[in-house]
Amino acid sequence: MPQGILYRSMFILTLVLVAVLYLVPSMAPTLPGWWPSFLPSRKIRLGLDLRGGTHLLLSVDLDKALENALDQNAEELRRVLREANTTGVTVERNASALRLQTTTAEAKTAAEKILKDQFPQLIYEGAPEAGEGELSVVLDRKEIQRLRDYALEQSLETIRNRIDQFGVTEPTVQRQGSQDILVQLPGIQDPARAKALIGKTAVLEFKVVAEGAQAAGGEGTVVLNGQEIEPLSGQMRKTPYTLEKKTLMTGDVVADARVRPASTVEGPSVELVLNERGARLFEKVTSENVGRRLAIILDDTVYSAPTIREKIGGGRASITGSFDVKEARDLAIVLRAGALPAPVTVSEERTVGPSLGKDSIDQGILSFAVGGAMVILFMAIYYKLAGVLADLAVTLNVLFLLAALAILEATLTLPGIAGIVLTVGMAVDANVLVNERMREELRLGKSARAAVEAGYERALPAIRDSNITTFLSGLILFQFGSGPVKGFAVTLCAGIATTLFTAVFCTRVVYDFFISRRRLNTLSV
Amino acid sequence: MEIVPNNINIDFVGKRFFFTIFSIVINLISIGLMMTWGLNYGLDFAGGAMIELRFAQPTTSAALQEAVKDQPLEDLTVQDIGRDSKIFMLRFKQSEKNLSDVSNTVQTALSTAFGQTFEVLRVESVGSKVSGDLRRKGFLAVLFSTLLMGAYITMRFDFRFGIGAVIALIHDVLVVTGALTISQMPFDLSVLAALLTVVGFSVHDTIIVSDRVRENLRKFRRDSLAVTINRSVNETLSRTIITSGTALLVLLALFVFGGHVIRPFAFTLIVGFITGTYSSVYIAAPVVLYFEGRRLRPAAA
Repeated sequence: MPQGILYRSMFILTLVLVAVLYLVPSMAPTLPGWWPSFLPSRKIRLGLDLRGGTHLLLSVDLDKALENALDQNAEELRRVLREANTTGVTVERNASALRLQTTTAEAKTAAEKILKDQFPQLIYEGAPEAGEGELSVVLDRKEIQRLRDYALEQSLETIRNRIDQFGVTEPTVQRQGSQDILVQLPGIQDPARAKALIGKTAVLEFKVVAEGAQAAGGEGTVVLNGQEIEPLSGQMRKTPYTLEKKTLMTGDVVADARVRPASTVEGPSVELVLNERGARLFEKVTSENVGRRLAIILDDTVYSAPTIREKIGGGRASITGSFDVKEARDLAIVLRAGALPAPVTVSEERTVGPSLGKDSIDQGILSFAVGGAMVILFMAIYYKLAGVLADLAVTLNVLFLLAALAILEATLTLPGIAGIVLTVGMAVDANVLVNERMREELRLGKSARAAVEAGYERALPAIRDSNITTFLSGLILFQFGSGPVKGFAVTLCAGIATTLFTAVFCTRVVYDFFISRRRLNTLSV
Repeated sequence: MEIVPNNINIDFVGKRFFFTIFSIVINLISIGLMMTWGLNYGLDFAGGAMIELRFAQPTTSAALQEAVKDQPLEDLTVQDIGRDSKIFMLRFKQSEKNLSDVSNTVQTALSTAFGQTFEVLRVESVGSKVSGDLRRKGFLAVLFSTLLMGAYITMRFDFRFGIGAVIALIHDVLVVTGALTISQMPFDLSVLAALLTVVGFSVHDTIIVSDRVRENLRKFRRDSLAVTINRSVNETLSRTIITSGTALLVLLALFVFGGHVIRPFAFTLIVGFITGTYSSVYIAAPVVLYFEGRRLRPAAA
């Protein structure tokens, strides 16, 4: 057979076989055990808009993380100054700078020396002004970058931990840009709860409730709200607590947190298991404050403030408060996973309920079937046998397109399905071009064979150029788009590749076959 | 079977002044509509939040308005988007920082009013930072793809064809945005994706015609450019109509059966494919004539 018709047919048949093999994992409900050992197990994944789920873009408040770091630096600086017996220096944070007020020239010199020797990450804001008693330092650029990176990495790690413990199948947690975190949770039932869990800063603090003269507030105290449920009405009630400002212990000493079920007298509680350092600290704190009330604070809300009856050893503390079992479970998760280094805000949320996702799949398949059937019927009626051939090409096209999506492990979205439907409508264009051309050549009185030759040769530049431009717009879409739109861009581009192959290469083999057998005296086009 | 008779010879080029005026008028109307009514920007570009619900029993927008009247929502709109008054969309803005918390409280308020008689189909909230970013990127995507298409055609054909294609593209984008303004379909990311596809398709169509012009210029060297262009448009007319026709068949299926989420997307493509076909016949090729003067140089391809 001329022009390697046999080789070309074998090539196509091999590709069909490969395509079918690649599609089995996506189509079959279960695979036999031996399948993955030597056959492809890649799958077309369904996007969140089809399977249901939540997409969140979280912005980490990195400025807050820098402020926290600066506060720590200030604390450290005060400690070093104290240990060096330097008096007459006060350290205060003012926005993104630390201001050191010195009373004497010696104190200023000493502070400058300590800054130079022990705090290389702090640099002077502008030129140090001689003669005045004030020094102003800021974090240097490298340190800021390091802290920002660290805060983002830490947030990512913490959020990933929380989600893992929450129990979501195939979650995505990844960095996006310089301060955002992308979270995708397929198929979750209660997105509001997941959002609350992820977004909680979860800074745990222990402070004592102010007494005596301080109880009225003022210097060295802070007022925070407690949340309690009114026993009769079930309404949330906010009770203000006046607390001593000093934080005695924070959540970083928590080694584990567990839910203790509700008893007859009180609701469920969360038991904290402290690490060694925490256990020592807790023992010290409780022994120094017997008879006083210890407030347990999470994200500036007082959960409970029990009275310390005696020194508590053994490294166990418990949080009771107004929460149900679910909330207690989520609380335990955030305490185990640790606090976020900075608050996060949800800057984008897209949640699709499971029923809408299912509807979308059904509607997508229906429009694919109806649209495809209309095109196939039209082609067969209009171009007769040549149309039937084009229809075969379209069928192969869809097969290859789906296989390509499986090989790429692409995510199929609702616009992606629309892209497949559109590909069916557009794919026949190449055949239309060739067929129209063949009709023209036949009208000029050419033989069937010459018409086929000319039809393909002359139509090819137009087919190539026109598909390249559509491909280019698909690439731009892919660059620009997010989620569902990307899914559309992928099917559009993959569809063009499979179209060129099936509509031009595959159909040509069939014509060549009949020509070589000299059976093609008239064209049915 | 033939839809377009093979000896068809419509004088497209001769009527080009009429169609130029017609197109300019349509475009001016589009611009006018966009400036007065304005596009109905979806969440992606406008920011804000929306909740889509399906009720077990038909209800009314007023009942929903009533249920959330105590919530601090700005620009609340309640829209009945189903055919049977069961699917509703609430859209609102919020000045507070954490938009997604608000959608939670709205859901709670609705549960209080309606009990468990509804299910939440979709919840979306887009902060102003994200929406601003998307607006900028979306505008650039349309601009770049238009320029890129013009550059590609200039490279493959000729500068005049490039100009013709770009003018046809601008025309199509304006017609589509005008139609979106009239229909007040939400202009969101998927609609923008459709618009970019229209850009791709419109050029696709223009190329088919231009390719034939190039071929005929070589074949009929004696004829004037006007005659050659008219001949080329007529010769490709059958293909133009059939391809647009099959594409429109599947798009109509998508519009009718694809569900309300994909409907604005399908609508944009339908309008775009119709105007894309029109523009490659009535705009792209005739524009080449305006830049006439000498014979087109034979392309290197």
